[in-house]
Amino acid sequence: MPESLSISLNGKQLTVPAGSTVAAAVFIGGHISFRRSVSGEQRGPLCGMGICFECRVTVDGVPHVKSCQTLCKSGMQISTDE
Amino acid sequence: MNRQSWDIVVVGGGPAGMAAATSAAERGVSVLLIDDNSGLGGQIWRGEEANPSVREAQEWSKRLKSSTVEVLRGFRVFDQLRPGVILAESADGMREIGYSRLILCTGARERFLPFPGWTLPNVMGAGGLQALVKAGMPIREKRVVVAGTGPLLLPVAAYLKRHGARVKLIAEQASRSSLLRFGNALVGQPEKLVQALKIFSALIGVPYRTGCRPVEVKGDDRLRSIVLLCKGRRFEIECDYLACGFHLVPNLELALLLGCQIESGVVAVNEMQQTSVANIYCAGEPTGVGGVNLAIIEGQIAGFAATRQTGKAQRLLPARARDHKFARALSEAFAVSPELKQLARPGTLVCRCEDVAFDRLAQCRNWREAKLYTRCGMGPCQGRVCGAATEFLFGWSTESVRPPVFEARVESLMAKEVSEPEVRV
Repeated sequence: MPESLSISLNGKQLTVPAGSTVAAAVFIGGHISFRRSVSGEQRGPLCGMGICFECRVTVDGVPHVKSCQTLCKSGMQISTDE
Repeated sequence: MNRQSWDIVVVGGGPAGMAAATSAAERGVSVLLIDDNSGLGGQIWRGEEANPSVREAQEWSKRLKSSTVEVLRGFRVFDQLRPGVILAESADGMREIGYSRLILCTGARERFLPFPGWTLPNVMGAGGLQALVKAGMPIREKRVVVAGTGPLLLPVAAYLKRHGARVKLIAEQASRSSLLRFGNALVGQPEKLVQALKIFSALIGVPYRTGCRPVEVKGDDRLRSIVLLCKGRRFEIECDYLACGFHLVPNLELALLLGCQIESGVVAVNEMQQTSVANIYCAGEPTGVGGVNLAIIEGQIAGFAATRQTGKAQRLLPARARDHKFARALSEAFAVSPELKQLARPGTLVCRCEDVAFDRLAQCRNWREAKLYTRCGMGPCQGRVCGAATEFLFGWSTESVRPPVFEARVESLMAKEVSEPEVRV
């Protein structure tokens, strides 16, 4: 297994350690807001284990992916809703 | 994995589930272990597969690998097709999973309580922040305050410190006297005392305050500081992250969906961990939060009992009784003080999915009314976060679920319709 892999975060290339979740990649990329709430507030992860749904991002065009339970794959396109 | 049906299906791959599956497989029956994460170990042993550090986690992992248990990772169970068949979905599709006997080991989640500013980015659960760091989130040199209540706060703080975080304070809401009583309850259990001492020695230099609770998070686009209240005195600490959880609540959704009886907020089981539904067993935190040792013992009992290895199950009963005592001491020591009901202000959001504030909920009489009038608990998390909060704040019972118990794609929901037998009038 390679030690790191390359992904795209909000259109910018980013290298992350292999085994990182998408949530970790968003933090590594320096972002703090993952999604906008229904009233427009910025939100980031709360539970870290797939129950709160606050860490949802768009992965390869699929919206509402729980970033804390999704592992990064090489070439993955991730976008947050900042 | 061509099989579609197993003698034993275990849902949840934490300590209880690993123990249940391994124990059941000793009988020579077919066993499937299914978990919604990519790695086994649940929350407490998260990351142990990649970075081994806990001896017991390694032992169970080894036993599981050398057994005949089949493992399905990254699949979450969202519904049942009919009794005896559950439906699970992954990023790649849906599966129907048949069972003769089912063992639910669905674990627990943190209880979150609303206070001003708790929805700001970088305010997380205590276990939540630890899980994120284990998954690769950078924490070195970050300033962290760990707050809330429960036995989780100390190991979380120790873990974060070991990974380079600057832990500024551990704020435990429980009083010193109730913690001392808890300490006395540990005296008969030397291995638990040793664990506790190891954690305390790892935390030398980190301030630890009892009777101390968060009252407000200040920030702009993110958390900037946390205001705490300790013995009537308010003080503010600047930090990068707040790791805050108020002990644990069991994950009951699947048990409820399958019709298992719930008593006093936990899945009711008999001496053999059997639920009110004869072919469904339950082990670990859903039958009462009691920690990893109890979860392993209950998992083994359930695995043995479900495969008629009754003698082996019975030999574990004294150990379970001893750990039940520990569980009771745990819930007494870390009971959340009613004073924490005062933390939320009228405008503080309680439901984070639908952005419903405290004052709107205060006008409702029960959970159902809150759902109907405010959409509280109707968002993606289906009340997993705000449910426990409203139980604490308003005394509401939130024990009602509807399928799907987890989000599922339309294709998966349609597949269920297609495979259900047509009703003829």
